[in-house]
Amino acid sequence: MTEIYRSGLPSKGWSFRAMRSSFSSVLFLITMTLFPAFLQAQQLEGTIYETTDEEEVPLPGANVYWLDTAVGDVTDLDGKFSIPYEKKYTQLVISYIGYQTDTISVSSNAPIRHELRSKSDLDEVFIKSRNKASATSYLEAQNVINVSSAELLKAACCNLSESFDTNPSIDVNFADAVSGARQIRMLGLTSPYILITTENIPAIRGASQTYGLSFIPGTWVESIQITKGAGSVVNGYESIAGQINAELQKPTTDAKVFVNAYGAMNGRYELNTHFNTRVSDRWSTGLYVHGNLREEKFDKNDDGFLDAPLQNQLNLMNRWQYTDAENGFVSFLNFRYLTDEKQTGELTFDPETDKFTTNAWGSEIDTRRYEFTGKLGYVNPELPYQTMGVQFSYSNHDQEAYFGLNRYDIQHSSIYATALVNSIISDTRHKFKTGLSFTYDAYDELVNTDDYGRKENSVGAFFEYAYDNLGDLNLTAGIRVDQHNLLGLFVTPRFHLRYTPWEKSAFRVSAGRGKRSANIFAENQQLFASSRSINIIDTGGPIYGMDPEIAWNYGFSYLQGFNLFNRKADVVFDFYRTDFQNQIVVDWENPRQVSFYNLEGESYANNFQTEFNYNVLERLDLRLAYKYYDVKTEYQFEKLMKPLTAQHRMFANVSYETAMKDNGAAWKFDTTYNWLGEQRFPSTRGNAPVFRLPDYSPTVGTINAQITRVFSHAFEIYLGGENITNVKQSNPILASDFPFSSAFDSTLVYGPIFGSMYYAGLRFKLN
Amino acid sequence: MKKLFLITVILFGTLSVTAQNKNARALLEVDGICGMCKERIEKAAIKTKGVKSAVWDMQTHELSLIYDDSKTDLKTIKTNIAAVGHDTKDIKATLEAYESVDPCCRYRDEAVRKAHGN
Repeated sequence: MTEIYRSGLPSKGWSFRAMRSSFSSVLFLITMTLFPAFLQAQQLEGTIYETTDEEEVPLPGANVYWLDTAVGDVTDLDGKFSIPYEKKYTQLVISYIGYQTDTISVSSNAPIRHELRSKSDLDEVFIKSRNKASATSYLEAQNVINVSSAELLKAACCNLSESFDTNPSIDVNFADAVSGARQIRMLGLTSPYILITTENIPAIRGASQTYGLSFIPGTWVESIQITKGAGSVVNGYESIAGQINAELQKPTTDAKVFVNAYGAMNGRYELNTHFNTRVSDRWSTGLYVHGNLREEKFDKNDDGFLDAPLQNQLNLMNRWQYTDAENGFVSFLNFRYLTDEKQTGELTFDPETDKFTTNAWGSEIDTRRYEFTGKLGYVNPELPYQTMGVQFSYSNHDQEAYFGLNRYDIQHSSIYATALVNSIISDTRHKFKTGLSFTYDAYDELVNTDDYGRKENSVGAFFEYAYDNLGDLNLTAGIRVDQHNLLGLFVTPRFHLRYTPWEKSAFRVSAGRGKRSANIFAENQQLFASSRSINIIDTGGPIYGMDPEIAWNYGFSYLQGFNLFNRKADVVFDFYRTDFQNQIVVDWENPRQVSFYNLEGESYANNFQTEFNYNVLERLDLRLAYKYYDVKTEYQFEKLMKPLTAQHRMFANVSYETAMKDNGAAWKFDTTYNWLGEQRFPSTRGNAPVFRLPDYSPTVGTINAQITRVFSHAFEIYLGGENITNVKQSNPILASDFPFSSAFDSTLVYGPIFGSMYYAGLRFKLN
Repeated sequence: MKKLFLITVILFGTLSVTAQNKNARALLEVDGICGMCKERIEKAAIKTKGVKSAVWDMQTHELSLIYDDSKTDLKTIKTNIAAVGHDTKDIKATLEAYESVDPCCRYRDEAVRKAHGN
């Protein structure tokens, strides 16, 4: 997952084929020089071509050689070759990267015309067994869950934050009752403790922490890899609960034209278009445009506040992909621009007249972001296990916002650069990755009238060793050392091991350390949509007066596959514990304020999860999961369960597809049930009795469902419902009638705000 | 002319014997049939001291090798592959070794090959 060049390589075996071609041509040259006699010998001539769009096109660069010899040639621009012919040569091999290798019998030197078929044509015929849409690997040392594009289509809406709805390992919660932002959690910890990358470049951090997931449109995502636990050291020291990597669509593999339109009864409209084209032999480019809009005001729970913000977003990405398979180079250049505007608050709020007044409570969040990432990967064509890569990323994230009378502006410029080398020690059972990385982050942050600007930079070196005995055991052991201007000089060790004592099993253990600086405001932006005052208690530390967060994560996991009534099933048991040595405690226990301070005492998150996956019938899959959380922190006065975290959660997903016809036509059905046990409310005892909440929330159960009608490989429509049983938190905003009173608080959200919501959309693809 | 040819062959032959290559490459045809065979073939090859990389292609039955030819040679590698039950062109597995493979990997059996769609 961490090899940066993996994106877009045609196939695993390609580099070896490239290697063989240069190898055999060198040998051929030597042979020709040493044996001039051959030059007088007979020649076999011919043409190699492929058929595209029913037209025969010559194939330059194909390897043609006699089986078990070094006698060969490479086809020229017209697909022509000429090689020495002798009676003893009878088997002619024709090969080319990405094409099926053919061996043909030759009995004379009569000219040959031969068609090579591309591998992708063949794959469609050969792949019979169906891949699961999301699956935990039996083989990797790390506990990685792969979420394929098929899984991502199960819940059609809309961006990365909603891509986890059908996945029990990630919890998706509403961050607050006004901004509509979804917050994800893993192992009981919020997203700042998860390293979120796009194509292995840290993507959602710093200023983009709260809304960043909604800035990655769902259709741009090709697949997602979720690593539970410590993760690799290659992408940095910050991850604590786990890592989520999103692979984006690539110009060479995505459809030439893709259009997705979506409309929902909550007034949300989305349009996604992708255009991909090949510019030259080696360059391809793609333009990805996303727009979304919500202009209608909804207040289904009659609290006088919008249930979901008015918003519009324009999100552009231009990707350039360079592939030079023969010499082993792959490169990606990405340019992104985003503008996003949200308005929320009371129905009567008009920003023109009411901004920063007590006429009505309202909020606007405007974000502009631009980004450039570039990466270059090199695979040594001679030695395919030797690879090198460099990646560079620059982003500028500018958010201006106010929430009622609170103003919050943040501008974050970030540079991330890394260079890494992969190779082997003695043989491919012992691999290593090593490299250097550099980060720079400049924050300009304004909270009401207080300026919290700061600059961070770090340089680090990492080394990760991976052992694989090609059977029942593999492990990775990584270490990195970083020098950071605010976190100091520190070491980050991480370890993963997988052992398979018997068939279809995988035991995994992991341990690792993470360290990070908490962006207390950016990560807890919901606090501004309340009347709480901000109280930073510590003053001695380097980040907002506080110390860096440090935690160890330990994990154990057992996966067992088996057959149940002759159909595939598997069961997973996971146990993870995160132990904080220091944490920035976010203390909501006093309803008048939110306090931040360094941890004194214990803070931990224990997570137990069990999952059962069963292929009930052909194309009918069932997934059940149960999760138990024990997340406790020592607050100023007592040790408490983390607020708004359900201790028990249940999850069920059923999906069914009809048999696919030759043209791709099928029906797909998917439904997910989520149940959350009671959640502790932060204390509201300091409020007047009418604004007090009970100690615990009620339990919540929601159902989502979607039907997709695929008409052909090119066209499909879908229809779905979220929260079909119309479950609602009765009054998500405390003191909504008195938004400028001291009890006003929109952060105490345990369940859906909107009630049931139906949507429909279409996808059109042209290959 | 014939003599010259012979001398060149001998010269070239001697040269290639003495020239040592730390990253020698070879492509061998190895009989096998499925993913389990792949694992067995690659394991036998890579466990041979001096072999750095071994990748067997299930469709073409080709084993791509990178090895240090001062430490090992193709004959040793082939012998080790034959010892776990897989045939190469010139070194065949003994019946005993062949029968040690999983029944689904019996590539010499036509019925098994057909079951794998070959």
